[in-house]
Amino acid sequence: MTNDRSWHRRFWGWLEDRTGLSSITALAKKKDVPIHRHTIWYYLGGMSLFLFLCQLVSGVLLLFYYRPSAGEAFESVHFIMAEVQFGWLVRSLHAWAANLMVFTVFIHLFSVFLLKAYRAPRDLTWMSGVVLFVLTLTFGFTGYLLPWNTLAFFATKVGTEIVGVVPFVGEFARTLLRGGTDVTGATLTRFYAIHVAILPATTILIVGLHVLQVQRHGMSIPPDVERDGSTRGKMKFVPGFLLRDMVGWLVALAALAALAAFFPAHLGEKADAFAPAPAGIKPEWYFMYMFHTLKLLPSHILGLEGEMLGVMGFALAGVFLLLVPLLDRRRGPGETSKLFTVIALTMITYIVVLTVMGYTANPTQ
Amino acid sequence: MAGDRTAVNSTRRKFVNWLLGTSAIGYLAAVVYPIGRYLIPPPAGESVANSVTLPFSPADIGENSGRAFQFGNKPGILVRTPTGDLRAFSAVCTHLSCTVQYREDLRQIWCACHNGHFDLNGRNVQGPPPRPLDAFDVNVRGDEIVVSKRT
Repeated sequence: MTNDRSWHRRFWGWLEDRTGLSSITALAKKKDVPIHRHTIWYYLGGMSLFLFLCQLVSGVLLLFYYRPSAGEAFESVHFIMAEVQFGWLVRSLHAWAANLMVFTVFIHLFSVFLLKAYRAPRDLTWMSGVVLFVLTLTFGFTGYLLPWNTLAFFATKVGTEIVGVVPFVGEFARTLLRGGTDVTGATLTRFYAIHVAILPATTILIVGLHVLQVQRHGMSIPPDVERDGSTRGKMKFVPGFLLRDMVGWLVALAALAALAAFFPAHLGEKADAFAPAPAGIKPEWYFMYMFHTLKLLPSHILGLEGEMLGVMGFALAGVFLLLVPLLDRRRGPGETSKLFTVIALTMITYIVVLTVMGYTANPTQ
Repeated sequence: MAGDRTAVNSTRRKFVNWLLGTSAIGYLAAVVYPIGRYLIPPPAGESVANSVTLPFSPADIGENSGRAFQFGNKPGILVRTPTGDLRAFSAVCTHLSCTVQYREDLRQIWCACHNGHFDLNGRNVQGPPPRPLDAFDVNVRGDEIVVSKRT
């Protein structure tokens, strides 16, 4: 027993001498998590990270069989679903975890926005978070095309066309994204490279910085809690909070497995560049509010094309989100900024209402 | 004397820093430029077809119906109006480039993506499309339908 312990100690001593690991564990141990009525929102970042890890694992497994060409992509995904043992499970997990990850990232972003956790010194943490939000949506957009089915084909056509309406650089960016003037097999290989190499590498790097900043600055206490002093003590990040985080991850994994088993991902029809867009075509739910906005806008507003104004509006909203820490001048502890609460609530309402409208509108009228 | 040497060293240091800085920028440009050029797709052979003979005959398309066809590397749509005329248009919606279809119930050309409507002359009559569909000429030669770009 004593020998075992000394062997352990010797091994850790040897590792510590070479890697200095204790500085990382010290950073994790140093952090305390305040306990108050909004503590629940602190779990969403960890949940998003867990779902991202699920995506990495299931994504790597899909790579073993997927073939990125217009002639073979659909067939290879069909092969994964129909022939490969547990292939249906791996693909369905990948699709469901993607949806859940986008959902948790949305909630994480807006909860941080409403709790004003973006204020200095956490401004850079917020900005890296907004970049991660955009990367998550880009993951969704690029991954959607890879099965090369009809829905994916038209979603990509519309999505890349939207890039094209941006003044000056739009047309060039569209050609660059599509690998030509139209959505073809060249687009598929580009999206594949972006989805499996560029995005994961960038995301891992930025997630690393994001988590490091969170560990460094600790959790932010919301202004209303700060004002009324309703914090009910604190818990250590390791092990108390981390263990609770892990309970959440286990629940998420169980929910994922159940969703994948009971509602496996569909494949649909193979893309045909010359067939008409099918009735009832719609994008993934997280793009629905943008899609429906573009549907409602008239063809011309004040002499400008409606879709260009819509796209520019969403781009501006993105830039606004990124710059929120610089625009919100109220920074003192416990200081309210009602305007930014109203803006956040307006954004949430807009997204929810337009999404519901998109799903309830009759697609053929 | 010592001050002179410091001044000379400082100038020399500035020069070396400038040299290193510009070399680093040059080096970076030499790496980034070919990558940038590599990512721009080479110009594909754009279809120069000015006309196409459709793979179906006039008898295959009934009144108040439409059929998609391939015009070069773009989709087209042939419509037989309720009065029996044959008309052809580009099937690329002028809104966000989805492929349009004929709606028999509405007697209109319709885009499913954003609910754009075009009349039987290709004019945008409802929804977000900002322009009419490009119209083609249709000539029937016996059993063949020839669709050509308008000059």
